[in-house]
Amino acid sequence: MTKEQRLKKRYRAEKRFKMYGLISVSLAVIFVLILVQNIFSKGSSAFSRTMIEVAVNYDSSLLELESPINQNSLKDADFYDLAVESLLKIYPAKDSKEERQILRLFSPDYEFEIKDFLIKNPNKIDQIVPVKITASDDIDQLNKGNFPRDLPEDRRRVSNYQLNIYDNLIEKEKIDKKFNNYLFTKGDSRDPELAGIGGSLMGSFFTIIICLILSFPIAIMASIYLEEFAPKNKITDFIEININNLAAVPSIVYGLLGLGILLSVMEFPRSTPLVAGITLSLMTLPRIIIPCRASLKAVPPSIREAALSVGASKFQTVFHHVVPLAMPGTLSGTIIGLAQALGETAPLILIGMVAFVVDIPSSPVDPSASLPVQVYLWSEQAERGFVEKTSATIMMLLGFLIVMNFIAVYLRQKFEKKWN
Amino acid sequence: MELNNSKIKIQAKNLNVYYGKKQALFNINLDINQKEVTALIGPSGCGKSTFIRCINRMNDVIDICKVEGSVEIDGAEINEKNVDVVTLREKVGMVFQKPNPFPKSIYDNIAYGPIIHGAAENKDQMDNIVETSLKKAALWDEVKDRLNEPGTSLSGGQQQRLCIARALSVNPEVILMDEPCSALDPIATAKIEELIDDLKKSYTIVIVTHSMAQAVRVSQKTGFFHLGKIIEVDSTDKIFKNPANKMTQDYITGRFG
Amino acid sequence: MNSLIAGVILILCLSSYFFGRSEARKLVTQNIKLKALPAYYGYYLSLWCGLPALIIFGCWSLFEPTIIKVLILNNFPQIESKDLFYEQTLSFFNGNFSGEITNEIKAASIKYSSINIIAQNSKVVIIAAALIGSLTFAYRKIQNNNKARDDVEIILKVLLFTSSLVAILTTVGIIVSLLFESLKFFSTINIFEFIFGTSWSPQRAFVRDASAITPEELLELQDAFGSVPLFAGTAFIALIAMCVAVPIGLFSGIYLAEYASTKVRKYSKPIIEILAGIPTVVYGFFAALTVGPFFRTLGESMGLTVSSESALAAGLIMGVMIIPYISSLSDDVINSVPQSLREGSYAIGATKSETIKKVVIPAALPGIIGSILLAVSRAIGETMIVVMAAGLAANLTINPLESTTTITTQIVMILVGDQEFDSPKTQAAFALGLTLFIATLILNYIALRVVKKYREKYD
Ligand SMILES: Nc1ncnc2c1ncn2[C@@H]1O[C@H](COP(=O)(O)OP(=O)(O)OP(=O)(O)O)[C@@H](O)[C@H]1O
Ligand SMILES: [Mg+2]
Repeated sequence: MTKEQRLKKRYRAEKRFKMYGLISVSLAVIFVLILVQNIFSKGSSAFSRTMIEVAVNYDSSLLELESPINQNSLKDADFYDLAVESLLKIYPAKDSKEERQILRLFSPDYEFEIKDFLIKNPNKIDQIVPVKITASDDIDQLNKGNFPRDLPEDRRRVSNYQLNIYDNLIEKEKIDKKFNNYLFTKGDSRDPELAGIGGSLMGSFFTIIICLILSFPIAIMASIYLEEFAPKNKITDFIEININNLAAVPSIVYGLLGLGILLSVMEFPRSTPLVAGITLSLMTLPRIIIPCRASLKAVPPSIREAALSVGASKFQTVFHHVVPLAMPGTLSGTIIGLAQALGETAPLILIGMVAFVVDIPSSPVDPSASLPVQVYLWSEQAERGFVEKTSATIMMLLGFLIVMNFIAVYLRQKFEKKWN
Repeated sequence: MELNNSKIKIQAKNLNVYYGKKQALFNINLDINQKEVTALIGPSGCGKSTFIRCINRMNDVIDICKVEGSVEIDGAEINEKNVDVVTLREKVGMVFQKPNPFPKSIYDNIAYGPIIHGAAENKDQMDNIVETSLKKAALWDEVKDRLNEPGTSLSGGQQQRLCIARALSVNPEVILMDEPCSALDPIATAKIEELIDDLKKSYTIVIVTHSMAQAVRVSQKTGFFHLGKIIEVDSTDKIFKNPANKMTQDYITGRFG
Repeated sequence: MNSLIAGVILILCLSSYFFGRSEARKLVTQNIKLKALPAYYGYYLSLWCGLPALIIFGCWSLFEPTIIKVLILNNFPQIESKDLFYEQTLSFFNGNFSGEITNEIKAASIKYSSINIIAQNSKVVIIAAALIGSLTFAYRKIQNNNKARDDVEIILKVLLFTSSLVAILTTVGIIVSLLFESLKFFSTINIFEFIFGTSWSPQRAFVRDASAITPEELLELQDAFGSVPLFAGTAFIALIAMCVAVPIGLFSGIYLAEYASTKVRKYSKPIIEILAGIPTVVYGFFAALTVGPFFRTLGESMGLTVSSESALAAGLIMGVMIIPYISSLSDDVINSVPQSLREGSYAIGATKSETIKKVVIPAALPGIIGSILLAVSRAIGETMIVVMAAGLAANLTINPLESTTTITTQIVMILVGDQEFDSPKTQAAFALGLTLFIATLILNYIALRVVKKYREKYD
């Protein structure tokens, strides 16, 4: 090989090597984009809900109302017959099979939607009023273009008859989309069009608050002790090794800890944000202590010496000077730790947060789900409607995480003093 | 005079160097003779390192550094785009202020250069190169029994000689030395100076030093830098006995610097 | 009731702070020289008021249910399933019991109500006594003008120390909870069967009564818990993940540290780190709903049978998740290799890539290995991706297109939903957890040591 050939070969190797690096970085970046694009394209349609306008005849004779007619008597009344009668009028049906198909165009909650409308507008009694009623999941997906119509009938969830009604309704401009407030206000449901993340949102909220209340003070106190007061001895070393290892223990092990000790020995209530919060705080603690210590360490010794030299006690020095200076770093570490806890799923599954909970929890001891667990639960469901709900939940979850991380970065950049 | 008989090896013409907006070298013109030791002296921060790093284009490594003007080696311009830095650096070796052996064995430290340049065809040739390089750097006797130990296990002076041997291993024509003795004790320094004296028979050497005595001992020609400008260049004898410039006079007599 | 007590304690704490401070100020106006600021006397009184009462209150609340349970059950030695009985009693007492009400339940519930009243009353009395006692004690001390500051600081220091002990307590808690159930498990199942057995089918492990396992059942159980397929599956998926993450992560780290311009670095580094911040359940969703089906259709078009829950999909996505851990750690360690080594290499005419390959990476190797070990530990402990995308069947296979299962998947599968406690199946989950804990502990410990040693070398 001549010198020139050799040199050429070396430069080719150089180019190749650089290319590998560039490809790797691009792959990682492209993957982020694909993931985000995939979630957003699947999830964005969950924010709207298909409504069907029906002319409801609020015929008081069908309601068997106890007089006098007021809010209470309306609340007690049974609207089923009235609702069915009005709904069946939207299209001629020749037998009870077709009637059932008509009813299945609507979400099972139609009865209550019709009732709620009257309770809000009691003067409409004995009138025929157009009311918008939530469509069933199948019609919703059809309307959003997620169901192909050209499949043979037996492979479709929507029958030809239903398709005819749908087309007819579209023609009459009775089908409409509106913002899906159910997504945020309702709890879990077996029907995708009625399922919402209200319950899991509250569950996550309680969980994170408990996690914060437990882990933040303990983490700060532990880091202050280790950084400022701890003597250099075996116990301190042991604590340090413990913290570093705990930070890398798989989260599912904390789930086993919660199950084995909190639930079965201490008999805390299952499936509750209380247990979830305690379990996650044990997991988050070491992950907060590590950045807290780093930011305490970053405060230069000269500050401590200055305070000590004017006669402050060690405690006063630490609490009046060092801790406030380290606060931005501490807070940002805590927020990042909490963000990780917010996205944690496996330990919560083990402590039973996978229960099907319809009610929205009003306290940390009510059974509930949490956002990531909701993602897991819904992803197991077959209905197409749950896919968009799951993606929307992920969007919410990612939104929270992004906000938290931004706050953390902001705190660090804005308030953390650059020493030296 | 002796000076005129020597062949010019390196010639810098109108050399300007900038670090970002800050100019570090101003219009440097300097000739360096073949098979001779040229010493560069001057107060800290005056641009000596910057200058010798121009000779093997080490400044390319620093993003913000911009070099203007010309440096010719054997009459060929090196500051052009199409000049191959790898070949250039093979021809112009460098020894740094702080010894920087690779975290590899002594043997591998020396073998590194020949391997990447494909200088040896087989193990025997490589052994040969390693041995001659170490001998030229006067280190062979001290390390011949421990070639497989890490280079970092040697003493500071030995490490510096290892770095010199590493530079010699690819048979350069020029060796640049940036304060090679500043981290060493007097005995190790003496050894390296002896070595430099020996090496100048076959290599062109440029050495940056803060020690006047060292410049006098090892060099034939001396250049005095100040604030990025070259103040005076002449034979070492002349510079130290009878400098033309007042500033040079002040510097070598220790009145500033 | 409990929140009332806690509230009273807190209010007393607050008021005793102000009381202590004003008392101290009074002393000042009487020209008595204090040895600390008045506020410290407030803290002092407040701590003395709150701490003992809160500690008693906490312990009491923790142990009360267990003690009452034991007290009641002692009266009914003839009952067989004691836990169930006690639960029924409690729900009967609370008025939401729907079932056959036996005489025992009635008797126990009457007993419960009387014990409960005694317990509540004595709790209030004891806590009140503690409050009054400690307050008087502390008040006396203040009058004697003691060094409130020193005392407060000692108490605080103990508090700080106790907080740092939580880390040790957590470790102990993990080990105890895992060991306790695992030991029960290994008392029925041979530990060697568990480690070396090759067939995993816990759904076969049905026992009618865990406290009295029949010999036939035991025989059936013995070979239901061979966890080799799980270990193999875990290792296999981790291997696939590392095949993705190590090259991409390492090359990204190298590129960002050595080649990228400041601008590229500024934008691409945070984007790559987003990958580490995405919850794993999101990756699981993506792997199960997008990547898995994609591979299956791809495989079908090439005439391959690909399971929609395949080791490949799970491993691939797990690898993507791990990329940032490797890239940012190796970026760090590469940056900490001294520049002088690079210059030494350039000066003999090495190209950039030769310098990286032959000088920088060997120098950074310990740090890189450490980061890879940490990544492996993350891969074997990762749960949601494999639960959602890797499958449940314990196949002993090396075909990445088939479904495989992992340790974490099986733990979740066993424990999800209602568990019958005390059955070997439930205990098996803890035994798996123990294995996982030990494996990751060893990996983490080695990795942290290696990285620490490396840091010391160049700092
Ligand atoms: N990497 C760099 N970035 C920015 N400025 C630099 C850089 N290296 C050197 N400089 C500046 O260029 C000027 C010349 O530096 P140089 O290192 O060449 O001085 P020197 O003569 O070698 O000094 P010393 O004797 O201390 O080694 C100095 O003012 C220095 O601040
Ligand atoms: Mg210099």
